[in-house]
Amino acid sequence: MEKKFKESIVNAVNNSVLTGALGKFSEAYRVNRAKAYEGIDFEKLRNTIAERKAYAASHLEDMIALFTKNATARGVKVFRANSAQEAVDYIVNLAIEKNVKRIVKSKSMASEEIHLNKYLNEKGIAVNETDLGEWIIQLAGQRPSHMVMPAIHMTKEQVSELFSKEVNERLSNDIPKLVEVARRELREKFLAADMGISGANIAVAETGSIVLVTNEGNARMTTILPKIHVALVGIEKFVEKFEDIVPILTALPRSATAQLLTSYVSIITGPTQNTDGTMKDMHIVLMDNHRTEMVKDPKFFQAMQCIRCGSCLNVCPIFRLVGGHVFGSTYTGGIGTILTAWFEELKKSEDIQGLCIQCGNCKEVCPGKLDIPDMIMELRRRLVVEKGQSLTQKAIFSVVNNRRMFHAMLRAASITGKPFTSEGYIRHLPLFLSDLTEGRSLPSIAAVPFRDRIKKIKQIKSKEKVAFYSGCLIDFAYPEMGEALVKIMNKAGYEVVYPDEQTCCGAPARYNGAYEVAANNAVDNIKALLKEDVQYVISACPTCTVALKDEFISTFESLGKSEYMDEAKRLSEMTMDFSQFTKKLIDEGRLKIKKIDGGTFTYHDSCHLKRTLKASQEPREILKACGYELNEMFECDMCCGMGGSYSIKLPEISRPILERKLANIRNTGTKLVAMDCPGCVLQIRGGLDKAGDKIKAMHTVEILAQMLED
Amino acid sequence: MFDQFKARAEAVGAEVHRFKSKDELLDFLKSFLAKEGVSDKENSYALWADSPLLKGIDKWKLSAEIPGLKFSVTRELAASSLVGITEMNYALADTGSLVADQTPVEDRLASTLPVIHVAIIGTNKILADKVSLLKNISPVKSPFIAFITGPSRTADIERVLTIGVHGPKRLVILFVDEYEG
Repeated sequence: MEKKFKESIVNAVNNSVLTGALGKFSEAYRVNRAKAYEGIDFEKLRNTIAERKAYAASHLEDMIALFTKNATARGVKVFRANSAQEAVDYIVNLAIEKNVKRIVKSKSMASEEIHLNKYLNEKGIAVNETDLGEWIIQLAGQRPSHMVMPAIHMTKEQVSELFSKEVNERLSNDIPKLVEVARRELREKFLAADMGISGANIAVAETGSIVLVTNEGNARMTTILPKIHVALVGIEKFVEKFEDIVPILTALPRSATAQLLTSYVSIITGPTQNTDGTMKDMHIVLMDNHRTEMVKDPKFFQAMQCIRCGSCLNVCPIFRLVGGHVFGSTYTGGIGTILTAWFEELKKSEDIQGLCIQCGNCKEVCPGKLDIPDMIMELRRRLVVEKGQSLTQKAIFSVVNNRRMFHAMLRAASITGKPFTSEGYIRHLPLFLSDLTEGRSLPSIAAVPFRDRIKKIKQIKSKEKVAFYSGCLIDFAYPEMGEALVKIMNKAGYEVVYPDEQTCCGAPARYNGAYEVAANNAVDNIKALLKEDVQYVISACPTCTVALKDEFISTFESLGKSEYMDEAKRLSEMTMDFSQFTKKLIDEGRLKIKKIDGGTFTYHDSCHLKRTLKASQEPREILKACGYELNEMFECDMCCGMGGSYSIKLPEISRPILERKLANIRNTGTKLVAMDCPGCVLQIRGGLDKAGDKIKAMHTVEILAQMLED
Repeated sequence: MFDQFKARAEAVGAEVHRFKSKDELLDFLKSFLAKEGVSDKENSYALWADSPLLKGIDKWKLSAEIPGLKFSVTRELAASSLVGITEMNYALADTGSLVADQTPVEDRLASTLPVIHVAIIGTNKILADKVSLLKNISPVKSPFIAFITGPSRTADIERVLTIGVHGPKRLVILFVDEYEG
């Protein structure tokens, strides 16, 4: 990671204006969005959007031809710009040819993408952004930090400063007064402009219409008042049919700003009359700028389904901490990382792709059904293929790649780490784990790992067997969780088999783009686990479960490896998460729980468990069955900031995320926080310990094991 | 559907009134314009973009009664008007939106530039949602279709909702029951 990039992160995280505004907004957004979608079947809606957008993207040439034909027939001059430069040249030349001196613009991310203002200014043409947020950042000489809310990072004081300079008058910090100043100033610009430039939120092929969605009314002014209207439209904006605008207009305002509809929607189909009775000179620039290349890439085709609502930014635990500017380009956040890689170059995404913690929040709310985390993983993989691993990472993964060496090293760590441990927590860890300790205590590496302990457990003998996949954390840091699991399984009549040859699930390698390493891990584990004659493979680490269930297969797919595919699929079918399996055992009456008055607990949903494995009620039900009363925390399913090696690479982001989580836990007033991922336990228990909190952070498996009836 | 529309429209800051007849509406309008301070002075005009409702109404008489009320909508007049009056074609109950074919530039000017937009519509023009709307409008016949939902708004400074950036600061919706539109 570049030093400059790291610095920009530290600056952003420490910018209380930025994190305050974004934090407040994202917290309110979650609630308001849910309210805006009341009574709407979101899954059905987004399926329709994804299908209609995908149809248009896969028939892009037809869409362009049809749109061009229809719009041209209505009197629009349609220009197809293959590159950013062609789009710039067309608009700049048009302005010069028509002797345009003053331009007003309504918000267009496409024009930001090609830095249009700069080129127009170079020709002596005055360009004014008229969206309030865009005007603010234009005056500040900045880039938008958010697709929908470009100036969200600025305070009213800063805005007042900018406006005061612009109008040569000392202004107060009163927001309505500042807005009034913008209204007055920009009203003059609207009335004096020779050309209006807009974007488009939707382009309808069968009618040649463009649809503009705004709140301020500036797009209406921009398209009504100047005699020339230029709409710059990215070719991802197409839908085939006029009726396709309905699902998009239903989702876009709800997802973007939690509104049922924006104040204004304008559907423009060809030129209309100007205010002097002449006809509008209307131009539509259809801009490609690498979009057709993206369509041809099976992994990134889905990015064409994006409707640019920005909801992926609004729910991102990272974005609300760092804001948009650290992304360094026009488009920000998760989707911005992907668009930057395509519209600029892959290399440009090298640093910013590392910001994604893979929590999956964005995937759940995306109205276009984009799998942003998966596309970011693919960027990671391609970057590693192109550039190779960094030296440190190479060293780490050469270790992880070799099970014996990896395990030997962890065992060694239990000894070298020992002098530094106190009360079960380690202050300093050797090797690559050394950066882990800041802001959080770490568990000591267990003196005796689970793989050795299980041999000493007296288990029941049974024909019904499950294999236990422990994962590294339970094996080497929390072996007691493994012991608890064995106890529970035995009580339900299952004998637990522990295949010794199992090794790291490959998630750390995969999440760093080292797919070859992950594939080797996958093969080792497949061989080890399928060797046993068992009914199920159970894991109590959701990240590992996802690896076994989904990622071995997708890693092989990404690499085009088919040798172990059938086995990977067999393993996938056998694998179950602890909480889901145990809930089943309870429902079947195989596990008897002694109910106690346990008091209250709060529950932290782990990203992989809730969003990939779709288990959120099961652990809660188990704990309620034990006699605990649930007291939900705010944002219970927001990432804790662990993200595996993420917390090592970006502790400056991981830490504040953890702090927010701890505050939400404390606010419930409960003394117990339960979760189902040893990684989350490491993060949250460590955070609580470091802060001297008495709240207990426990894995459900540990709690349940104490509640079994004899 | 009227109740749903009213609730949704008011939730986004629109003002909603309902009248039995055209006469009742005109009575309200006269007192409303007077109350808001419409007069025959710059920045105080009221512009009424030609609309079917005006059929059978003596415009001369009306503008004599209300000094400052004008029926010729130009760019200059719209920019210095307090009130713009336009007729809308449909209302959508699910979002509290108004929809109109605003191909005539007078409709666009009168609903965009003045401080207050008064929107007139027949109560029978309320539709359930966008799906029903699309059965009634076509971009082929109407090159400029406008949806208006509440007054102009922004939250671009510190996410504080502020009404009236570029467009009207108030949207006053007048429904008439006994009117086919």
